[in-house]
Amino acid sequence: MRPEDFDFVAKLLKDRSGLVITRDKAYLLESRLTPVARKRGLKGLEDLVSGLRTAGEDLLREVTEAMTTNESFFFRDIKPFDQFKSVVLPHLLATRAAKKSFRIWSAASSSGQEAYTLAMVLKEEGARLAGWKIEIVGTDISTEMLEKAKAGLYSQFEVQRGLPIQLLVKYFKKTAEMWQIDPAIRGMVQYREYNLLHDLKPLGQFDVVFCRNVLIYFDQPTKTRVLDNMSRVMPDDGFLYLGGAETVLGISDKFKPIPDQRGVYSTTRAPAGIGTTK
Amino acid sequence: MKSCLIVDDSKVIRMVAKKILHELSFKTEEAEDGSAALEACKRSMPDAVLLDWNMPVMNGIDFLRALRQLPGGEHPVVVFCTTENDIEHIQEAITAGANEYIMKPFDSEILQAKFSQVGLL
Repeated sequence: MRPEDFDFVAKLLKDRSGLVITRDKAYLLESRLTPVARKRGLKGLEDLVSGLRTAGEDLLREVTEAMTTNESFFFRDIKPFDQFKSVVLPHLLATRAAKKSFRIWSAASSSGQEAYTLAMVLKEEGARLAGWKIEIVGTDISTEMLEKAKAGLYSQFEVQRGLPIQLLVKYFKKTAEMWQIDPAIRGMVQYREYNLLHDLKPLGQFDVVFCRNVLIYFDQPTKTRVLDNMSRVMPDDGFLYLGGAETVLGISDKFKPIPDQRGVYSTTRAPAGIGTTK
Repeated sequence: MKSCLIVDDSKVIRMVAKKILHELSFKTEEAEDGSAALEACKRSMPDAVLLDWNMPVMNGIDFLRALRQLPGGEHPVVVFCTTENDIEHIQEAITAGANEYIMKPFDSEILQAKFSQVGLL
């Protein structure tokens, strides 16, 4: 790939999605965009890039989607969901008892596994949540991923990465070669196309935000901007989940780590000691 | 070091599973059918059993039911690993006392995910 082509595509991706591709990741551009070029009947990446320079929204979107689509699986890392159940959920049930409602956001929800995992975790709570109105919202920049998430159809390979077999039996049906998640679980999640770099206010307020393994693709100023924007749509005692390799430290002063709870952060406005009592 | 008994009539599958399990620091033993597996368990109870369903002499589900009747037979974590991939088979396995269920084809990532889910890793 010619350096000027690389720079052009890298800038395009950064502007549209915040994704930062450095020169040493040029292979990623090639491996993900070659299929896009082929699908369009173009000879190779050079043709694709010249197409991009004059392209309409369609091609720009397709290229952004091809580059920002990332893997996802049910109960990814397990721990955050245990923590959610034992620390965050009791706090929400105690503090929101009057209005009996709260909202959870799966930011960059990809093919929906995280949002559906949360839905299953809540469903498993059963009677404890009777009468509660809990909204789970999944957003992604990729319409293709959102379609997949909405359909709730997963391959045999996908349902075996992290999903306990009891939950597969309980919440999935086999349809030909795929597994489809129960309509009751699907109905608990709303999916919306949304760019994390945009103003987040239209999404409403979220008590809990799962934004795991997303910030790693952004540069420092973009990370700061996204975290600051998120804090604006969260209450004083909101919870933020980041991926195992991510932190707010040195990036945003709007969130603080919760002692002894790895990967979970509270808004800085939260009272001290939040989330530390079990 | 935890021990895992690999029960499968295919030598190739046993080899693949053995390689993955060694990478996960298990010591392994092998059996080519349910009856040989039962004998192995009577000699020494493993921590885990990776279990095929369809095998000659004694199949996986019959082995599992017999295992759970043995003294100490409730100890091993049993993970089915079979081409049977319909809800009815999975349901039957859970009822008989299986702890997890892998649908073939599998790879090291799936095996690792399932083993950590049941607390073996």
